[in-house]
Amino acid sequence: MNKIVDKEYFSDNVVKLVIEAPAIAKSRKAGHFVILRVGSKGERIPLTIVGSDTEKGTITLIVQKMGVSSIKLVNLEVGDYITDVLGPLGNATHVEKVGTILASGGGVGVAPLLPIVDAFKKAGNKVITVLAARTKELVILEEQIREFSDEVIVMTDDGSYGKKGLVTNGMEEIIKREKIDLAVTVGPAIMMKFVSLLTKKYKIHTLASLNTIMVDGTGMCGACRVTVGGKTKFVCVDGPEFDAHQVDFDEMLNRLGAYKKLEEQAYNHYIDKYRKA
Amino acid sequence: MDRILEYLKKEREKDWRVELRGKMKTKERTGLERLDMPESDPNVRNKSYIEVNKGLSVEQAMHEAHRCIDCPKPTCIEGCPVGINIPKFIKKIEAGEFLESAKVLKETNALPAVCGRVCPQEVQCEQACFYTQKLGKPPVAIGNLERFAADYERDNGQVSIPEISSKNGIKVASIGSGPSGLAFAGDMIKMGYDVTVFEALHEIGGVLKYGIPEFRLPNDIVDVEIEILRKMGVKFVTNFIVGKTATIDDLKKEGYTAFFVGSGAGLPNFMNIPGENFIGIFSSNEYLTRINLMRASDPEYDTPVLSGKKVAVIGGGNTAMDSVRTAKRLGAERAMLIYRRSIEEMPARNEEIKHAQEEGIEFLNLNSPLEYFADKNGRVNKMKLQKMKLGEPDNSGRRRPIPIKGSEYFIDVDTVIVSVGVSPNPLIPKSMKDLDVSNWGTINVNKDSLQSSVSGVFAGGDIVRGGATVILAMGDGRKAAAGMNKYIKEKVRNIISLVKEFKTIGDILDFATK
Ligand SMILES: Cc1cc2nc3c(=O)[nH]c(=O)nc-3n(C[C@H](O)[C@H](O)[C@H](O)COP(=O)(O)OP(=O)(O)OC[C@H]3O[C@@H](n4cnc5c(N)ncnc54)[C@H](O)[C@@H]3O)c2cc1C
Ligand SMILES: Cc1cc2nc3c(=O)[nH]c(=O)nc-3n(C[C@H](O)[C@H](O)[C@H](O)COP(=O)(O)OP(=O)(O)OC[C@H]3O[C@@H](n4cnc5c(N)ncnc54)[C@H](O)[C@@H]3O)c2cc1C
Ligand code: SF4
Ligand code: FES
Repeated sequence: MNKIVDKEYFSDNVVKLVIEAPAIAKSRKAGHFVILRVGSKGERIPLTIVGSDTEKGTITLIVQKMGVSSIKLVNLEVGDYITDVLGPLGNATHVEKVGTILASGGGVGVAPLLPIVDAFKKAGNKVITVLAARTKELVILEEQIREFSDEVIVMTDDGSYGKKGLVTNGMEEIIKREKIDLAVTVGPAIMMKFVSLLTKKYKIHTLASLNTIMVDGTGMCGACRVTVGGKTKFVCVDGPEFDAHQVDFDEMLNRLGAYKKLEEQAYNHYIDKYRKA
Repeated sequence: MDRILEYLKKEREKDWRVELRGKMKTKERTGLERLDMPESDPNVRNKSYIEVNKGLSVEQAMHEAHRCIDCPKPTCIEGCPVGINIPKFIKKIEAGEFLESAKVLKETNALPAVCGRVCPQEVQCEQACFYTQKLGKPPVAIGNLERFAADYERDNGQVSIPEISSKNGIKVASIGSGPSGLAFAGDMIKMGYDVTVFEALHEIGGVLKYGIPEFRLPNDIVDVEIEILRKMGVKFVTNFIVGKTATIDDLKKEGYTAFFVGSGAGLPNFMNIPGENFIGIFSSNEYLTRINLMRASDPEYDTPVLSGKKVAVIGGGNTAMDSVRTAKRLGAERAMLIYRRSIEEMPARNEEIKHAQEEGIEFLNLNSPLEYFADKNGRVNKMKLQKMKLGEPDNSGRRRPIPIKGSEYFIDVDTVIVSVGVSPNPLIPKSMKDLDVSNWGTINVNKDSLQSSVSGVFAGGDIVRGGATVILAMGDGRKAAAGMNKYIKEKVRNIISLVKEFKTIGDILDFATK
């Protein structure tokens, strides 16, 4: 049981939660995530650890409402408890000074990107970040990202904020302008696929942080498996970051859709129940 | 060994045993028929999670107990990996002292209600029984009797909480809460240690909870055992993954002196054949975890599972059998078991094979998958199989399967469960540089003490054996507890003798600063 000590809405659908978890706060590094469960009948879902405070013994999560589990989590208030929180899981980001980093984040992927950008900046790199969202309201964490970036470019599909266009348009502009030593991308699988195709064209080494479906998060089940360089890897213990150019994104996209129908049913069932209550 | 024989002989010569033996002639005893375990109707049980084996009634247990002739040289005990005093517990049943019988079991077996249900007795104690060996008759139903005594104790709310020696305040930890960790914790707490069990998942029990299904081992049974350990003072910490949440070195700083690693062999193997990552293809661990731990088939729970109509399970062990029988219960019209050898070579228990056949599982023996295909949504819809024949025996003594060229064919499937073995969990070895690990990833230990290459770190169960049985894991937990106790006592003795050598306070201060 972990207590929620702070909660902040970034938009209607995106919420920051600060949670008591002293042991995790102490051992976590950039790139790590937790698996949590809301209620004794809840599902185990993975969320990136966006930040921590070792003195207060807290970790910070940023959640986007997607389906039943994330809604249940977002509906908790300060003082409420999260049933289970396990972590830190996955491998920490391998951070070193390489020169110029081109980071890209889409949708709620900006949350996991934040600690990575922070770490690369602190390691002495120049960091340029491209944030992308469908529309203005969905751009999150811009301020925080700016704090750790030398330059930030915001792209929206509809042009309602920043520049109009896709994340890759913004990235290509930078790539043409200056030499990039490493690209880092976190976001919807489809976005990462196109980022990867772009950087492959320009021969820029790229890390992608994958957000596959998970159950245990300890390497026990293989629900999170992806093909990387022709081999099956488990995202929870071998990742979550991989060389983007080796990842089979089409297979990953397919696997992410595995429970789409059931998730929709569960969502409708939950909303019905919620309305009645 | 001689001491044990001596002890068994003395026990056997006790008045009550002698008297009981005299009550019925051996001839009469061996003339009694073995009673089959009462089972739920196959066509009812294959649609629900009710337990398949219903347990013996008091009358049935008494009858079966009379069959045991209380041999002077009880070979059954040699067949038991933890050396339960089998004739003694059986004769307690014959005497009608069921609670006493359960106590006898608990002298050597931490979880008799569990073992009575899942141990492969047919290759252990019952295989070694006088009836099997010398009479060529069905053995005494030792497993069924074990379950009877343990269940009787539980159902009558008379579960005895073992006595605990005075607390010594020394902190020790188990990493993992499977049968090895639970057995370890039980013995250490009895010896007075301050025991904490760390478990990565949100539930205690390891494979007993997430792997073995309700219809073979109800979770309640495991929970009762855990509750007893709790009452004895064992602390359980869930959602704590040692090596990640904190390392063994971190825990040492928090005052833990010694560790038992019982982290199991949890990593599922895949076959690495084309199409294996399509939707609808699971490892058996994922499938069983979704159902057993996350309760995916109950709509009240949030975790989903894909329940197919045409399910193929690849493998022939207990895990494969549990998966295919679970799939049937989730409504599969065809629940198929695909195994590359013949039924005789299947590693699963005979009982499981029998139960599966009764429940309408299709056995596709001498078949091996080559490739999977999917529909336009990426869901598996077909698989290519190849027929096999048996050749010469391999290292394991089983006949090697050889592919038959040109025998490939296709079957329709919508769900596939891959159950071709597991590998040791690498988390602990990865987080401890000095730990000596085999090429297979299992932890190397001293055979007697179960101590690893790192002083104060012991290991047992599947992480050492690479996949074994509940009883062997439990036996390891107990052996490691004995080994650890000896190790700690020796350390304490060394310190005391050191202290004795100090002549002045200055000596002590000198030593302390060193
Ligand atoms: C390592 C890792 C780190 C993550 N970090 C974060 C984070 O910091 N913040 C955050 O909000 N989310 C994060 N996620 C994603 C998060 O786990 C999922 O959004 C969550 O599990 C959705 O659960 P749900 O029940 O609310 O929605 P569901 O009912 O499961 O899904 C609703 C809809 O969302 C889609 N969906 C589900 N999971 C994903 C996914 N992983 N990626 C894209 N679409 C998905 C489904 O296809 C469905 O259409 C992370 C995932 C991983 C693996
Ligand atoms: C489906 C199935 C059916 C089976 N049927 C039978 C049967 O009928 N009869 C039989 O005798 N045997 C059976 N077995 C085998 C038997 O269950 C195992 O041999 C036994 O459970 C091994 O026990 P263990 O204590 O070594 O590990 P496990 O039971 O695997 O428990 C290990 C535990 O440690 C936890 N863990 C791992 N790493 C860490 C860490 N770093 N920190 C904290 N916790 C950690 C895991 O989450 C897990 O809960 C079956 C196995 C399966 C999978
Ligand atoms: S070998 Fe069989 S008959 Fe003899 S004591 Fe053991 S259980 Fe009884
Ligand atoms: S989530 Fe189960 S193995 Fe990765």
